Amino acid sequence: MADVRQDPRSPIDAAINTPGREGLTGTAPANLYAPSLDREQVTIAPDFAPVEMQPAWRQDFPIDWPQDVYVERRDFMKFMVLTSAAFTLGQLWIAAQNWYRKRSGRPGIQRIAAVDDLDVGHAIGFTYPNPHERCLLVRLTTTDFVAFGQECTHLSCAVIPRPAEGAFYCPCHEGRFDIRTGVPTAGPPRRPLTRIVLEMRERDIYAVDVEERTT
Amino acid sequence: MISGTKRPFSREQRAIIVYGMLFFVLIIVILQLWLLTATMNAWLGGDESIVWPAAAASAACLALNVGLFRYLVRIERTRSGV
Repeated sequence: MADVRQDPRSPIDAAINTPGREGLTGTAPANLYAPSLDREQVTIAPDFAPVEMQPAWRQDFPIDWPQDVYVERRDFMKFMVLTSAAFTLGQLWIAAQNWYRKRSGRPGIQRIAAVDDLDVGHAIGFTYPNPHERCLLVRLTTTDFVAFGQECTHLSCAVIPRPAEGAFYCPCHEGRFDIRTGVPTAGPPRRPLTRIVLEMRERDIYAVDVEERTT
Repeated sequence: MISGTKRPFSREQRAIIVYGMLFFVLIIVILQLWLLTATMNAWLGGDESIVWPAAAASAACLALNVGLFRYLVRIERTRSGV
């Protein structure tokens, strides 16, 4: 345990029987009321020893450890408050995107292909509802067609249709989705693929809506 | 003697206050991170009902953090006599 009499922050000498106290009454040292440095401005080594007893490196680079600890915690708190602000901005960005999406309204109706353009077990690509959203139309049987967005719900890589395996395959992280439902069956994706709602009109296939799902 | 003036906190006291506030701020920031990922997941999945309540909750967390930070600034100003 450190000797408190060596701590320069302690202005009172608790011992009465020191040589400098001989003949005096009371316990206060003579310099108690003398102007001195603010105790928080005194650089204190971790072992409380005076500066001249410290190693050379510490004399060359004196650091006030308690102040250093205090400042780094305070600055870390500032950083965390900024991080908190960034997260709130992220939430507001989602809200703004949501407002924009609702404002855009439902997507229009778009012809994809004629029924005869696609053989059973084959797929074709198209864009819907805008030119940047790539989708896949797959013919499962003579009468069954399904369409999904091509972006993997993990990290947006393009999925590849594999009708023979009954799956959409994402080559980036080995993700797999069921070809009939778009539900993830393997790999890191957790959300199903975006489903494109289809409509048959005479011998043509139309995309009429987009369906986002969480499960 | 009891003085009418308020004594400023010492550095050790302020350090303890900073530790306490840092603990709360960390918990709140972790909560906000979870809230952001959950909201993003729900919104990308087409669930729009959670977007505005989550934004309001995150803004409330930010207000709490900023309030704690302002308190820290205030006790430092008291210390420096500003």
